[in-house]
Amino acid sequence: MTEARRGANPNRIKPTRGDRVYDVINTVLLVVLGLLVLYPLYFVLIASISNPDAVNSGKIIFYPMGVTFEGYQKLFEDSRIWIGYRNTILYTVVGTTLNVSITLLAAYPLSRTDLDGRKYITFFFLFTMFFNGGLIPTFLVVQSLGLYNTPWVLVLLGAVSVYNMLIARSFFENSIPQDLHEAAAIDGCGNIGFFFRIVLPLSKALIGVMVIYYGVTHWNQYFNALIYVSKREYQPLQMVLREILIQNSATQMAFDESMMEELLRRERYAELIKYGVIVVASLPILCVYPFVQKYFEKGVMIGAVKG
Amino acid sequence: MTKLQHALRRNWGLYLMLVPAIVYLIVFHYFPMYGVTIAFKDFSARLGIMGSPWVGLKHFTRVFTSPNFLPIVGNTLVLSFYQLVVTFPLPILLALMINSCFSKRLGTVLKNITYAPYFISVVVLVGMMFIMFAPRGVFNQILVFFGAQPRLFMGEEQYFRHMFVFSNVWQTTGWSSIIYMAALSGVSPELHEAAVVDGASKLRRVISIDLPMIVPTAAIILTLNVGGVMSLGFEKAYLMQTPLNIEIAEILSTYVYKKGLLDIDYSYAAAVGLFNNVINLVLLSAVNWFSRRITKSSLW
Repeated sequence: MTEARRGANPNRIKPTRGDRVYDVINTVLLVVLGLLVLYPLYFVLIASISNPDAVNSGKIIFYPMGVTFEGYQKLFEDSRIWIGYRNTILYTVVGTTLNVSITLLAAYPLSRTDLDGRKYITFFFLFTMFFNGGLIPTFLVVQSLGLYNTPWVLVLLGAVSVYNMLIARSFFENSIPQDLHEAAAIDGCGNIGFFFRIVLPLSKALIGVMVIYYGVTHWNQYFNALIYVSKREYQPLQMVLREILIQNSATQMAFDESMMEELLRRERYAELIKYGVIVVASLPILCVYPFVQKYFEKGVMIGAVKG
Repeated sequence: MTKLQHALRRNWGLYLMLVPAIVYLIVFHYFPMYGVTIAFKDFSARLGIMGSPWVGLKHFTRVFTSPNFLPIVGNTLVLSFYQLVVTFPLPILLALMINSCFSKRLGTVLKNITYAPYFISVVVLVGMMFIMFAPRGVFNQILVFFGAQPRLFMGEEQYFRHMFVFSNVWQTTGWSSIIYMAALSGVSPELHEAAVVDGASKLRRVISIDLPMIVPTAAIILTLNVGGVMSLGFEKAYLMQTPLNIEIAEILSTYVYKKGLLDIDYSYAAAVGLFNNVINLVLLSAVNWFSRRITKSSLW
């Protein structure tokens, strides 16, 4: 709609001096903001291919120096990264499939006005948004189910985000006419068949939104792994990143002579690979991002309709 | 046939579709809600949640008499309100600026740029902060260039809150502005045309036409934000904690984690968590009630 407005922005009336000043200031501010937002990402990128010594002494600011791919080489030899990568891809694919299925299956019935008890079931969902048992009781439940230290917990936890479910529900409410299923029922199509044969094919945009929302969450998830999984072979990429990027930097602040040697060695290694690690971990998402960007906006707008 | 049987028979497919989600919520949300009772028990792993003996308010007494507790509640509130005050208006400003940008293409480019940081994981974000704000990192180089002393931004406690809040500004301002852009796209072009004919300047139109359009949306967002003041996320604060800044950086969610899962004092940690959640619920209800009275928009 903004296009329409801009189109209507009257060119016949000459913009006043004040408006031009506004445009100039606004544009300059926006460009500066854009550069500020981009700079950290750009910096990591140039640092990842620069000579580590130049990076460490703070010489790299605007452009790469002494271009080398040593960091990337080392990083691809590091088995932790590979295992983390593999795990994250697995968790993201399996988790997202499961999450999206369960969410859509639940959202559709709740969008149907002829569902008896709809109000109560909706409340049953909503209540979990506003009150929860908290970390410790959840932990104990996971433990007593025997899910602690299994990859399953990372796939199952967060399987239904009630917030996403509400987005899906309002999408169905607004785009699937209520009487459509009645017409289908006359042709002998039951609710389940109707959902799979009619509703899903009409909901591609919604499925896109859900896949992205859940997918990004899984890809970036470290909290559940920190709490529920201690085995190295199950750790997702973000936990490996934490080890490389943060634990070294944080321990650097606490001086402990006896560990100095080992710390320094680990730190030098971390220094070498950390920029590359950031690039490798974030690139998949940032690459997919421009293509799916319209879905994000769509998701927010679907959600906004309901408020 | 009762009403229930009738409903089940007519729409059994729909109820079947609800089953997985309901089972999930029962197991991972309602069981833990019941599990909260360990805050009133002396939890022992051998006896389980049900079997552990009741001890009344013992753990709450421990929580409220602990010298750590109040400062941590204070830390949580200060950090949260600081973040709220800074991050609430900025997306509105950005949306207005991008929306009134004379070039549509520049606006789109800027949207894409400012959304991007949202997809960076919290681990990478904090990792980048440790890099860029290191003693010899880029930011300190710039300070030195202007003749200032380099500082330990990620170490010293006086910087913790600023680092926390402004990294959040970098990461979420663009993303949070989407919802306002959506509201702005509903502004009728006639309003602007009429205002131009009446000689209104561009700034005037942004303030008097565009801004009022997003007030209802802003009210809902503000409600949600204020309601969530005590549920400040664990993830970033935990990663940013160092031995030097812990006095300031310890917030309720990280405290629960450390007390419960590192010190294995389950009941105590559950009591802290329950306290936190109840305050949250009360706060959200209060804000929602207030918002309904004032703006007629409410969450439920």
